[in-house]
Formats: sequence, C-alpha cells, structure tokens
Amino acid sequence: MTKSEEEIWQILEKISDPEIPVLSIIDLGIIRSVTVNDNTLDGISEVLIHYTPTYSACPAVDMINAEIGVSLHAAGFKNLHLKQKLFPAWTTDWMSEAGKEKLIQYGIAAPIGRSCDNGKLEELKIVCPQCGSNQTILISEFSSTACKALYKCSSCLEPFDYFKCH
Amino acid sequence: MTTKEIQNPLINFLLHLGDNALILGHRNSEWCGHGPVLEQDIALTNIALDQIGQARNFYQYAAKLISETSGEKITEDSIAYLRDGWDFKNCLLTELPNGHWGQTVLKQFLIAAYQYYLYQVLEKNSEEQLSAIATKSLKEISYHLRWSSEWVIRLGDGTDDSKQKILDALEIVWPYTNELTNFTDYEIEIIGDTYKNIKDNWIEKVYVVLTEAGLEIPSTVYNHNGGKQGNHTEHLGYILTEMQFLQRAYPNSEW
Ligand SMILES: [Zn+2]
Repeated sequence: MTKSEEEIWQILEKISDPEIPVLSIIDLGIIRSVTVNDNTLDGISEVLIHYTPTYSACPAVDMINAEIGVSLHAAGFKNLHLKQKLFPAWTTDWMSEAGKEKLIQYGIAAPIGRSCDNGKLEELKIVCPQCGSNQTILISEFSSTACKALYKCSSCLEPFDYFKCH
Repeated sequence: MTTKEIQNPLINFLLHLGDNALILGHRNSEWCGHGPVLEQDIALTNIALDQIGQARNFYQYAAKLISETSGEKITEDSIAYLRDGWDFKNCLLTELPNGHWGQTVLKQFLIAAYQYYLYQVLEKNSEEQLSAIATKSLKEISYHLRWSSEWVIRLGDGTDDSKQKILDALEIVWPYTNELTNFTDYEIEIIGDTYKNIKDNWIEKVYVVLTEAGLEIPSTVYNHNGGKQGNHTEHLGYILTEMQFLQRAYPNSEW
C-alpha cells in the first residue's frame, strides 16, 4: 500500500453511515479497494475506489458517495473515480468485529453468524442489546430500515432493532 | 424509446426481471401510509423499496447492454419512464390491483416464492453481473417470502372473516399465477432446463403454506398469460400513467 492509499483509508475511516452514524463505511465493509496512481501526466493523483452497496435499494449510497468525494477533495485528491462493484455481493459477514461491537453499544443487535447461504434463514435467538437477555420476540421482519428487524425484549420490555443477517 | 424489437435473450430477460420488480414494488408502495398497523405498513414499504432497488440493478445492466449494441445513450430512467405498455415484460400478476390487505400479501407471497427459487438458479448463472444481482436480491427475497408466508397463514388460519377474504383473494389472483412458471424462450435461453425445478419447487412451497393456512389450491380452468411478451391487462396503463407522468410532461427533468 502506498502512502497516499494509506491516507485515503484513514479518511474513509472517518466517514460514517448516514443511517447508523456510529459505523464508519470501513466498519460496514463496503469499500473493496483503493488504488492511487501518482504518476499522471498532469501531476494530479488519480484515485480509484471500488465499493459494493449493502442492499439493492440502500438510500444511503448516494450520500456516502457524495461524502467520499467531498472528503477526498478537501484532502487534495481531486481526481476521483468511484466505481460500483456488485460482484461478489455484499454480506453482513464483511462487517468488522469492531463495527458489530459499536452497533451493540448503539442499541442495535448485531447480525449473528454467517450470512444466510442460499438465502436460507435460521431461527435465531437475538440477545437484547439493552440488558443482554435472550428472551426476545420478533415483532416485525422489517424495521426503521429494510436491513433491520424489530424485536422486543421480554425481560426489560424495551423494543430494539436487529441488523439482519444478509 | 422502445424495447419491443429487441431480440437478445439476456436483455429481454433483464427487462423482464426489472419490470417484475418495478411494477410489484410500485403496487406495494401504494400501501405506504395505509397499512393496517404501523409495523406492517413499514414492512411492506421496505419490501417495495427492496424491489425498486432490484429493478434499478437489472435496468442499469440492461441499459448498459442496450447502449453498447444500439449506440444510443440509454439509462435506467429511460427504461422505467420512457417505454410504453407493450415494452414491459412483467407478469400480469404484478400489475393486478392490490385489493384488500389479504389480497396484497397473497400476491406478494406467490411472487416471492417464485422469485426465491428462480434467483437460486440465477445465482449460479455464468453471467457475473446477473449472478451478483441475483445473490443480493435473494437475501432480500428470503425475508419477503418469510414475512408474506406468515401473513397468508395468519389470515387463512384466523377468523371466519379473514379466511373468507383470503379465499376470495385466492380465487381472484390464482388464474394469473400460471404465467410465473410458464417460461418463455428468452427465459429458457438463459436458465436452461432448470426451469422445470423452479416450477416444481414453487408449487410445492405454495402447497405447504396454503395447507398450513387451511386453504386449497384452486382448480382453475382458464389461465391469463401474455405479460412476459408485452400483452397486458388495462391495469398496467394506469400504473404507467401515474409513474411516468413527470418525465412525459417535463422531459429530462431531474430532482
Ligand atoms: Zn432487554
């Protein structure tokens, strides 16, 4: 990794997911690669970033792209190519362990286990991020965003979001 | 623009998949703000959002292929907003009016069960981009299927009133389900003879859920077909009128 590539990873680390601001886009695992070409004719470094969107209709994608553009521009990287890469498809397996921990601290239960192979779903016991109880009930398969489900804790009686395994 | 004359099976298949997702997503979005309870309103609206996102992925891919072959600049937006009814290749079932809540979730269940098995086949397709979109969509559809299955069971196995309503809905929508697994040439060209498994798996899944709901598969004598070839019910025209109004009245307008 070159020095400017390292610098860009550090800048990206500071960009948060607009829907779950405690997570950085690095925690989410959507940045697939960063390549910098410093040997351009005009002397302006060329930056190529590949990213994989989390969900088919994730409304945060456009906002994240805009923020990447603004942050890199401010740091002097003025020639940016952002390329979407759908293959392989993003999965919650790519979320960092640090990211999962931050989710729980934020009050959202983190995705459990590996992504659902062949789209098969398991019946999972979701632990309440508030009190740690495993006595929880699924209220709705879809919550504040499509990527989360709504649960209720039978011990502390609080509702909470579960970031679904995808 | 028109896509009526396109012969390339992959482009036609992508348009078909995108049209199914867009039209069903548009129908489901009609429930936004009207669901029976807040949680279910949000659930169906989120499903609609997933579907419109899936449609965008298929359209972007189709637009790229159409632009490459025709030399014209085609985008996902021109595919969604500037084609006429006969260009659309969605199944008739996706364009049917929502009816009551039970009819909506039943339609959603029948289509999700079909997509669930179809996308498992597409996931293994040698076209990398098609496989990637299918893999992503399948994860989302798994949740659509589970959610809608539970609703069909809850209503079928619920009160006398809910049972009667879902029975009536089944009579209305069932004649449109045959088209799902009545595969056209452009589909078979891409998925090969796996289409037979999709049909068997779909009917088995439908049987299991309907049985648990205390319902039976209706014995229908007449099936409606034609959507996949661009022959639609009058309902599609009304959807397009509403959906395309802005681009038709104010061409090239942007948000
Ligand atoms: Zn609790």
